[in-house]
Amino acid sequence: MKLSYPWLKEWVDVAWDASELGARLTMAGFELEGIIASGQYPVLELNVTPNRGDAMSVLGLAREVSALVGKPLTGPARRSVDEQVTDTWPVQVDVPAACPTFLGRVIRGVNNQATTPGWMSERLQSADVRSVSPIVDVTNYVLLELGQPMHAYDLSSLRGEIRVRNALPAERLQLLDARTVDLSDDMLVIADREAAVGLAGIMGGARTAVAAGTRDVFLEVAFFAPAAIQGRARRLGLQTDASQHYERGVDPALPARAMERASVLLIEITGGRAGPVTAVESRVHQPQRAAVDLRRTQLARLLGASIAPERVKSALGALQMKVQDVPTGWRVTPPTHRFDITIEADLIEEVARMVGFGTIAEHEDEVAQHFPQMPRACPPEARVLEFMSARGYHEAITYAFVDPRLQQRLFPERASLALTNPIASDLSVMRVSLWPGLLRAAAENQRRQQDRIRLLERGVCFAVTDNVASEIDTLAAIACGTRLPEQWGVARVAVDFFDLKGDLESLLAATGAEAEFAFETACLSCLNSGRSARVLRQGRPVGWIGELHPDIARELDFTYPPILFELSFYDALRLSPEPYADVSRFPMVRRDVAVVVDENVSLSALRERVILSSSRLLRQCRVFDVYRGPGLETGTKSIALGLIFQDFYRTLTDEDVDQNVASIVAGLRASLNAKIRE
Amino acid sequence: MNDAADLVRRALAAIAASADLGTLDAVRVRWLGKKGELTAALKSVGALPAAERRAAGQDINAAKERVQAALDARRGELERRHVDQELIAGRLDVTLPGRGEERGGLHPVTQARLRIEALFARAGFDLAVGPEIEDDFHNFGALNIPENHPARALHDTFYFPDGRLLRTHTSPVQIRAMLAHGAPLAVIAPGRVYRCDHDLTHSPMFHQLEGLVVGENVSFANMKACLHGFLAAFFERDLAMRLRPSYFPFTEPSAEVDMSCVFCAGAGCRTCKHSGWLEISGCGMVHPNVLQASGVDPERYTGYAFGAGIDRLAMLRYGVNDLRLFFENDLRFLRQFRAF
Repeated sequence: MKLSYPWLKEWVDVAWDASELGARLTMAGFELEGIIASGQYPVLELNVTPNRGDAMSVLGLAREVSALVGKPLTGPARRSVDEQVTDTWPVQVDVPAACPTFLGRVIRGVNNQATTPGWMSERLQSADVRSVSPIVDVTNYVLLELGQPMHAYDLSSLRGEIRVRNALPAERLQLLDARTVDLSDDMLVIADREAAVGLAGIMGGARTAVAAGTRDVFLEVAFFAPAAIQGRARRLGLQTDASQHYERGVDPALPARAMERASVLLIEITGGRAGPVTAVESRVHQPQRAAVDLRRTQLARLLGASIAPERVKSALGALQMKVQDVPTGWRVTPPTHRFDITIEADLIEEVARMVGFGTIAEHEDEVAQHFPQMPRACPPEARVLEFMSARGYHEAITYAFVDPRLQQRLFPERASLALTNPIASDLSVMRVSLWPGLLRAAAENQRRQQDRIRLLERGVCFAVTDNVASEIDTLAAIACGTRLPEQWGVARVAVDFFDLKGDLESLLAATGAEAEFAFETACLSCLNSGRSARVLRQGRPVGWIGELHPDIARELDFTYPPILFELSFYDALRLSPEPYADVSRFPMVRRDVAVVVDENVSLSALRERVILSSSRLLRQCRVFDVYRGPGLETGTKSIALGLIFQDFYRTLTDEDVDQNVASIVAGLRASLNAKIRE
Repeated sequence: MNDAADLVRRALAAIAASADLGTLDAVRVRWLGKKGELTAALKSVGALPAAERRAAGQDINAAKERVQAALDARRGELERRHVDQELIAGRLDVTLPGRGEERGGLHPVTQARLRIEALFARAGFDLAVGPEIEDDFHNFGALNIPENHPARALHDTFYFPDGRLLRTHTSPVQIRAMLAHGAPLAVIAPGRVYRCDHDLTHSPMFHQLEGLVVGENVSFANMKACLHGFLAAFFERDLAMRLRPSYFPFTEPSAEVDMSCVFCAGAGCRTCKHSGWLEISGCGMVHPNVLQASGVDPERYTGYAFGAGIDRLAMLRYGVNDLRLFFENDLRFLRQFRAF
């Protein structure tokens, strides 16, 4: 809120200049956001936290300053008007719990075309309130000064008695700002006999608004319970000064004082004759400030500091709290305006605020020896990211909400979770994969002339199955551009499936369980059906790798289709190292065999046959060449295998190895119709 | 025996004149080979009178030794020269760049987070996590923010049709950690949070660090020491810190944490809006209602909690002045964070 420095000075005689005042208020919990000039006076912009509705006025902040400097609260002299007419207007409160106090007063013969005095419009202006007409200006002025919202009705437009009630089903109301709102039955309205004339505590209605020609007014000053106002304005897309005050709590002791202050000002400016105040009050519904006990021990324990008892009492006393000594400490009754003091900790904060948070010395806690759990299986995030960055990937962080069209294009078969209130239509569904974000980031980098892109991301994806969303910790990568950075001595070759697969396999090898993984021919609609695979771990799917479908690559303006992989972070990267095994001390023997098979025979099928037809002496089966072309029938390929044999117990003889190779070759001939290339 | 001396002189001259190992070997054969001149001279000693034989033999053997020594020396010299020539021929331009892949890097926000996690781990904190999609109870209710509370308006929450929401802060992890582990407890919970707000200084997704310490006598003074210690360790200098009273529904007392500006050391600059202070965190003593909602006895235990923006900590550490850069994933930006 904006606080005019001279206006405050009228209420408390503070010697601090505006910037010192701002600094002091900041350290008391009212953060100074800036000092601006309004006319020739400084105005402090202060941030008042939502628990301190009582401080959203000159009076409220003056109370704080008075407590801080130890000077009395002064302010303009409190005067009452002379009642010159006997007119009243009937008021009926149907819901006393929501409206425990309603004061009404008729003032006749006002001149709303009078000029608001300069001092008043200047002060309104210092708080960014536009001068409208004397009647409206006075109500705004009293709100700024005392923190009491009020409303003035054109008496001639009221039809029958005022009623405070809940809105009726399907009731509508045209507000002062000409908007018409649909009310719901938990909203409190001020009505006359015919219809609602105002949204209680939020905004008045258009029909009964004062105008230039208004002669007679009905002033309303009420206390509405915060619970009856909270949230309603926001639901209607409204936020008014009045609603902000009522939601946070207006001093229930204030209406009578505000009524007199407003009446005096109004009559001074516009003339007019005031009638007596009609008061509808329900004592049982007035908020009661219960006494709260503050224990010396708890004060010391929570703050970790000892504060002299006299200082505690003076601090609370300065804040207008009634403090009574009790054996364990103090029994404290907060003043009516403090809605925020309900438990002991609230009092401890007040004491700490008054003595200053800075006076509480830092004290290091004694830390007990404590060893955290560090499960071996848990993939170490930093090392995973570091591994990938050593292979050229830059970690990206993309938004968890993505463009629904792109996601639908990539994963038409997956359901996704839509936000009710997205920030933009292209950020409106939760990602089911990290690929939409990475593709977008890669495409944008390509637009920025970065033609070699390797990005990595780890983040949560939101899978939806049977309408239940689950969060899946995911790791994904994308590569496009050349296989290697441009350099001398290496040809420029586009990155391909096997480059990314190499990165992925190396990463998976870091689980210590390479043998658990398999790549299975499978397709996702966003991938090139001939160049994609499902990653399996012990037969269970844990990820995907593939080349982006050429259509989608074109749509996203990629020069070459990017290659992508994605893994479930924990399932795929869970560490499960194979147990240590002794190393054989005997020499290895290698035999190379070139096998010609049908094009459709996959390496994994071939390798499986090799293993099935060999003995335990086969230690490794490497692939060192794949050949197609002259010398081979079309539709066939030659795969060159390096077979490595070794025994644990003795040196192998040529006959041992020949026998094994012969059995492997026979097995391949029989099962895959393989030919051995001489 | 003038002959021997003469032979030696001529042999040494030939050795010295040999420019390569091949020539040198031919010289060896010519003088010391089976049919070499010195070999022949030694054979001819047999034809001499017995009285002269001994002396002549000694002369020629001495001559052979001298020639052999000269040959060895020359061979060594020529071999060294040969290696030197090979090295010269094989010389590289060592200023050409090395071959292979370039290094990538971790995102600066991740680097900051890992640093924070390491610091707190050493201070005895455990790591806690929670879901990004939360329910009203964990995000608001249990944190003492009931329906219609004005503080909710400050949160700009993203909602789903079923009423669940994207967590607006990491504070729900406080509730989850206490419900799961009870007291005493010291945890940090770094994570992604979401608010429906997008401008120069706000991103709809950002990263928060939550801290929670609960114990039998955990105090405000402990909280000050912890936060000050962390900031000094994170920024590697002893920064001034101050706590300002503030308001969070889930702590009481509540405070904003300011530290002296890392760019101007408190003198005042654009980053700190000439105040000398940077707002870096919110903190406070855990509200008894929050302890209660999390199954911790507020009479027996007290606790403190704090929350800080990891993105902001990263911005200050790396001198990045625009939050949006963190989420644009521009390689030209990311490449600057390759260092470990």
